[in-house]
Amino acid sequence: MQARRKFLSDSIKVAGLLATVGLLPQAAQAAWSAAAFEAKTMADLMKSLGGGVPAESKDVTITGPDIAENGAVVPVSVATTLPGVKRLMVLVEKNPNILSAAFDVTDSVEPSFATRVKMGQSSNVYAVAMMADGRVLFAQKEVKVTLGGCGG
Amino acid sequence: MADPMRIRAQLAGDKATVRVLMAHEMETGQRKDSSGKTIPAWFIQEVTAAHNGKQVMSAEWGPAVSKNPFLQFNVKGAKAGDKISVTWKDNKGDTRTDEATVS
Repeated sequence: MQARRKFLSDSIKVAGLLATVGLLPQAAQAAWSAAAFEAKTMADLMKSLGGGVPAESKDVTITGPDIAENGAVVPVSVATTLPGVKRLMVLVEKNPNILSAAFDVTDSVEPSFATRVKMGQSSNVYAVAMMADGRVLFAQKEVKVTLGGCGG
Repeated sequence: MADPMRIRAQLAGDKATVRVLMAHEMETGQRKDSSGKTIPAWFIQEVTAAHNGKQVMSAEWGPAVSKNPFLQFNVKGAKAGDKISVTWKDNKGDTRTDEATVS
């Protein structure tokens, strides 16, 4: 009896793990990850996404202006040359919530995206790549903002 | 109904560079109107792109993406005449799909 109960509770745990790890793409499509977008720091973000400790990497690139005149429209692009990337994210360190955008990469699309984000003040922006093998790599760049894009 | 997106898909070798301009307010929920009331957040949460009907990319956005968002990405293995469609969904449940032909 005891053994069966243990088996049952274990299988529930495994199902939970599968839901968070193995089936992540489907889960991401089904529901917007509110917790990730509410994260205030890189550590919070990684906790909500189940990623490891991020390491800086030369193979991940972030491009953007050195000085952005208008913080409401800051063009940034993120890319990586590494194979096996699962997800690319754009983070702005000093925004109220650091995660701006997350792109789920498939084999049919290049791991390179360009978009425009809002920045409240001068800050570091990060490109974070979550790899299929669980590594988390990032690159950073400082962008100075002369006119903030939040509040008002 | 939201305004249409402007999509261009340009062939470069064996891949297509897709540029999308969406028409959306992207309200952060942090701004206040003249009477001091907070303007509720209204922004695109999910963006997906499909190549000839097969999904190739999905993205989740927060309110920090700029108003009238721009997005550029490259689809591998594209040929002239292929269809690229882009769909977005905002936090009010509004959704819009537009399609472009690779040229």
